[in-house]
Amino acid sequence: MPKVLMKGNEAIGLAAVLGGCDAFYGYPITPQNEIPEYLSKYMIEHNKVFVQAESEVAAINMVYGAAGAGKRVMTSSSSPGIALKQEGISYITGAELPCLIVSVMRGGPGLGGIQPSQADYYQATRGGGNGDYHVIVFAPETIQETIDIIKESFDIADYYRNPVMVLVDGLLGQMMESVDLNKPIKKRFLPPKDWATNGMKNHSGRNVVSSLNIDPQKLENHNLKLQAKYQNVIKNETRFECINMEKAEYVIVAYGTMSRIVRSALEVLKEKGINVGLIRPISLWPFPKEAFKQIPSNIKGILCTEMSLGQMLDDVLIANNGKHPVGFFGRTGGMIPEVEEVVRAIERFQETVVK
Amino acid sequence: MNDAVNIRIAGFGGQGVMMAGQILAYAATSEDLNGLWSPSYGPETRGGTANCAVIVSKKPINSPVFLKSHHLLAFNYPSLIKFMDRVKQGGFILYNNSLVSETVLVEGVEVIGVPINDIALELGSIQVINMVMLGAYLEKSKIFEDSTIHKVLAYVLGERKAHMVELNVKAIEAGRDFIRKQGLIHA
Repeated sequence: MPKVLMKGNEAIGLAAVLGGCDAFYGYPITPQNEIPEYLSKYMIEHNKVFVQAESEVAAINMVYGAAGAGKRVMTSSSSPGIALKQEGISYITGAELPCLIVSVMRGGPGLGGIQPSQADYYQATRGGGNGDYHVIVFAPETIQETIDIIKESFDIADYYRNPVMVLVDGLLGQMMESVDLNKPIKKRFLPPKDWATNGMKNHSGRNVVSSLNIDPQKLENHNLKLQAKYQNVIKNETRFECINMEKAEYVIVAYGTMSRIVRSALEVLKEKGINVGLIRPISLWPFPKEAFKQIPSNIKGILCTEMSLGQMLDDVLIANNGKHPVGFFGRTGGMIPEVEEVVRAIERFQETVVK
Repeated sequence: MNDAVNIRIAGFGGQGVMMAGQILAYAATSEDLNGLWSPSYGPETRGGTANCAVIVSKKPINSPVFLKSHHLLAFNYPSLIKFMDRVKQGGFILYNNSLVSETVLVEGVEVIGVPINDIALELGSIQVINMVMLGAYLEKSKIFEDSTIHKVLAYVLGERKAHMVELNVKAIEAGRDFIRKQGLIHA
């Protein structure tokens, strides 16, 4: 199959369809508008559901309802919009329902700006909803990888009965790249959705979808069940890539667009005689702590780079556990760092060490 | 062609800067190379400043952004001034000298004025200045064959604007022609 040129946001829409999406619910916000624009045409033409809700809060609760009926459903938004959805996301995890949430990050806080950013790492991995819950978060670095992950994400969500978030920055949404839409995805055994509230003629007993558990012992048991599930996610779904680690003097940690800029910086640094490795987390939750075991013991330090002022940095510090000096370089507010800035950040590493 | 070519195209919103860039990225894809197009514009569109970055590469593309490009296509004066110092040594700049009267010199970079507004007006449509510039670029860079570009044009314009293909092809040819004649003068 020959490659086609696609805009990131449109590719997200099409990949969701290829992943079996039955319904989309959303509310417009830049820089992700091409996702609903694309799906508003495609879903209707293919007898599927597309709803532009009255707000982000309404959209995520429509996702809650339709997911409860056993359908493959999604929403997409950008930073302040994802903030509004946090309550619904917590309810969906509590009720153990699968769904796909696409978050296309822009600069914050507040309304912020519309240029690309990675300042929603905390929002994605820690969440703003209540309770002991996790969302499975993947952060692809190319449009191709975005397509491949989105195609698989409904299966992952169904398998664990938990929301999957695909987190990209606005640049990945807005730019166009050559992609292959037909890369095969991993096949999973998916149990039937016998829990779905899709009418008494489809299930024997009464099915209830709820996140309410008044009895504290029952609620603790429910939380322990969720935790066991999250342990399985950590064991089976942690994803990362390690590059050029063998002879590395320094190791950079970067994800998404930032990791591509770092890849180019590694080439420049190599020409300057500085060997630098890269740890690229693909799953942000679960964070790939085991990648840090591949770091050679004699390196001079780890540099965490982000298009934010240091959020993944927390996870890097936890994974490093005090072993190596850790430095940080980041731009924020919609500024995309140049390759040369990453090169300089390594060159003046000692100045950037996080005490 | 080098392993990778970085091209920056800049001008006012409405001059067709984005479309010219997309055509190059589509052409790369259809030639089984890797193409990347990334836009940069403010909330304003028509009349505001707009630029796009295109990468055509034999290998997978790492950084989607670049500080310096091999080639710059500047559709107006502010774009030329903003980006002329961000062209690599040995690269070239094509600028719209219908709108820029000053002569521009950049050390180590070939700078060629192309009167794209005048050429487009001669063809009867100011709207095809982007295709005139694209034609000049294709001739100067030798990056893609006409057959590829014509295929891409038909795809991008679609059925609804199929009648526009002919004019666009003419504009590309006029741009190519300008560069060919330039070559003769220098010889």
